[in-house]
Amino acid sequence: MASILRFYHRLAPFWAKATTPSAVLRLLAAMQSWLGWGSVVLLAIGLVWSLLVAPPDYQQGEAVRIMFLHVPCAWLALAIYSMMAIMSAMALIWRHNLAFITIRAMAPVGAVFAFLCLFTGAIWGKPMWGTWWVWDARLTSMLILWFFYLGYLALLAVTQDRGRGERAAAILALVGGINVPIVKYSVDWWHSLHQPASILRLGGPRIAAEILAPLLLMIVAMTVFALYVICLNLRRLLIERKNLAARLRQNLVA
Amino acid sequence: MRIKPKYRRLLLVVASLLLLGGAVALMLVAFKDGVVFFYTPTELHQPKNQAKITPDRPVRVGGLVAVHSLQAGADGLSYQFIITDLSDQLAVVYTGVLPDLFREGQGVVAEGHLLPTGTLVATTVLAKHDERYMPKPLVDQLKATGRWQEGQMPSEQNYVKTPRP
Repeated sequence: MASILRFYHRLAPFWAKATTPSAVLRLLAAMQSWLGWGSVVLLAIGLVWSLLVAPPDYQQGEAVRIMFLHVPCAWLALAIYSMMAIMSAMALIWRHNLAFITIRAMAPVGAVFAFLCLFTGAIWGKPMWGTWWVWDARLTSMLILWFFYLGYLALLAVTQDRGRGERAAAILALVGGINVPIVKYSVDWWHSLHQPASILRLGGPRIAAEILAPLLLMIVAMTVFALYVICLNLRRLLIERKNLAARLRQNLVA
Repeated sequence: MRIKPKYRRLLLVVASLLLLGGAVALMLVAFKDGVVFFYTPTELHQPKNQAKITPDRPVRVGGLVAVHSLQAGADGLSYQFIITDLSDQLAVVYTGVLPDLFREGQGVVAEGHLLPTGTLVATTVLAKHDERYMPKPLVDQLKATGRWQEGQMPSEQNYVKTPRP
């Protein structure tokens, strides 16, 4: 324990240097075009592979192709929320401004993917299950996840004092983190209309390689795309803050 | 003893998360039966569930459509079939359009009212697909060479639950 603390204290100055707004802005600027072009190339290959090359499913036929969008959206909605919850805890404890800003940059992206997950799921459910929507554990917990995203964004939007708004919203994001394992394990804990996990399950994936490979590629491609959008968001927010700080300094001098 | 503010906040966050997590876990355990989207035939016939299932309340039953149990009526819209969880079964009658994925050996969830005879009069039939995805050409080939059994490897964890003590 003591050695961990010593390590932490020795690391702290480097960490502080690496997380100043200008250092982060330089890093983001360097990453941006890689992420952007990377997502274009990966999405192009992934979409052609999954929509044209991959074989139809033995039960679902061509309708299975909705999965290649639905699963990455679900993964991103959960992954981004998990990151937000973890960073909220860090932001609340260490009061690091960069953490608050990063959560802010991630939230709208995650909200869009949560919505797309619900939307593509409904489109998939109608022909396969025979219904757009049912109130089973998986679908309901996913809807609640989307509501947590919207609640976070709404709370940020209505609070006048930015610092207090960000802290209140971070508490909400942290509380919503409880819902993430519920979404993931809802299909194992309760009977639900949604099928159990196909990829991340004990005993390995139950998807044939011809369908699994393009699915994994789509997951990677959409993740790179999401990182690109978050990178853009974060740069915009950091530049806005920098300009604001510069204006305030000027006013003080004048 | 004075604690640094950041450690106080750390303790606060950890303690409130533990409390909240505990509260949610207790709630989920308490609502366990309420969260269930459907009963399997075995669960439906358990004494502890009998009180909750009355003819005036709709109930959902899920399982596999028993092989060779599907009978279509003369009008082409009414159907009879048996839902099984491989240890108990339930007869279902249904009038309406069946979903595309509905077939013998496949998972379904039927919603409706129980008759005193124990038959379920379904108002909705939903198809459940399992977590397996396989290329259609491969399965077609397996079927052509007679190495494919319909409903082989049903997703057992979903229908055949070991009864809880």
